[in-house]
Amino acid sequence: MAQVSSVPKGQTSPTSKSITLRISRFNPEHDESSGFMEFPISYEKWTTVLEAILDVKKHFDHSVAVRYSCRQATCGSCGMIINGKPRLACFTKISELNSNVVTVEPMNNFPIIRDLAVKFEKLFDTHQKIKPYLIRDDTEIQSNEKEFLQSPEEVEQYIQFANCIKCGLCNSACPTMATDSSFVGPQALAQAYRYVADSRDKGKDSRLKIIDDSHGIWRCHFAGSCSQVCPKGVDPAMGIQLLRGYLLGFRS
Amino acid sequence: MRESTIMKIHYGTALAAVALVAVHILMRLTQGFAESLEYENVLANYKFIPYAAMLELILILLSIHGFNGLRVILLELKQGRVYEKAVSYGCLAAMIGLIAYGSRTIIMTNMGMI
Repeated sequence: MAQVSSVPKGQTSPTSKSITLRISRFNPEHDESSGFMEFPISYEKWTTVLEAILDVKKHFDHSVAVRYSCRQATCGSCGMIINGKPRLACFTKISELNSNVVTVEPMNNFPIIRDLAVKFEKLFDTHQKIKPYLIRDDTEIQSNEKEFLQSPEEVEQYIQFANCIKCGLCNSACPTMATDSSFVGPQALAQAYRYVADSRDKGKDSRLKIIDDSHGIWRCHFAGSCSQVCPKGVDPAMGIQLLRGYLLGFRS
Repeated sequence: MRESTIMKIHYGTALAAVALVAVHILMRLTQGFAESLEYENVLANYKFIPYAAMLELILILLSIHGFNGLRVILLELKQGRVYEKAVSYGCLAAMIGLIAYGSRTIIMTNMGMI
């Protein structure tokens, strides 16, 4: 595809360096296959990949499709493949990549809307399927009369899994998701563990029944790539193994 | 059957098969490799009921483990209600067929038909 050949004058500072930003372009409504557009981008030590993409949108091609919001690794919107690895664009500094060429592509295992924007429907559907909320038979939550106290040890059981921002990077990195389109995925499984391990929750049996399916928890190969790419330090692979412990009777 | 039950059987058959195949290999080491494959020795093994029972058990364990493994691989390759049912029942039928064929050999030997 096209290569844009010049950096706008007056946009660079004396300390800035430059790289080539390769952006994957694909519109499923018009294109048969994806291609790349290259843009020369100047950057500072602190410039993130998202800022570089927004720079491209501002100065070169405003039609580049990218989803973003908070710019501080909280909303989980800007997940993409950066130099071959699923990362958050707002959380990845160009200077950390140690490369003169930065390639950005849409996340794997997600249908592409356009360019770098992908559909999140399936991620949210599977997330919702595992009942991501506290389940209790009593009405104490509504009565507002009692707190559900937890010891630090009980909180420790699940707290890292509560950091999930639903960015989908783990699902993008998962090799099982690449072949099994019905697989529930590491994001939903990690969230299932988050609630199963919560001492306030009483919905363990119903959640375990949902994930104990022919395309559920047993299809995980324990490649561990989900845990490697998580920008929030969540370890879905460990959560999946701990959940298997419940199903195999090693944990109760 | 619940998938967790199937996987418990899958892991259990793997562990049991490893133990029994180890016994099988140790028994084979009691004589030379070529000698152990001679026609009369093979028949003698089948006629020795405890050993024949162990071979039958190994056959059952490995068939269950192997065909369930194949089912899992095939389910990951392609999805679809009809395909998944065909794979599950196909693997079950193939497993039963293989066990029946292997058992037939042991039974026929013990009945003096070979």
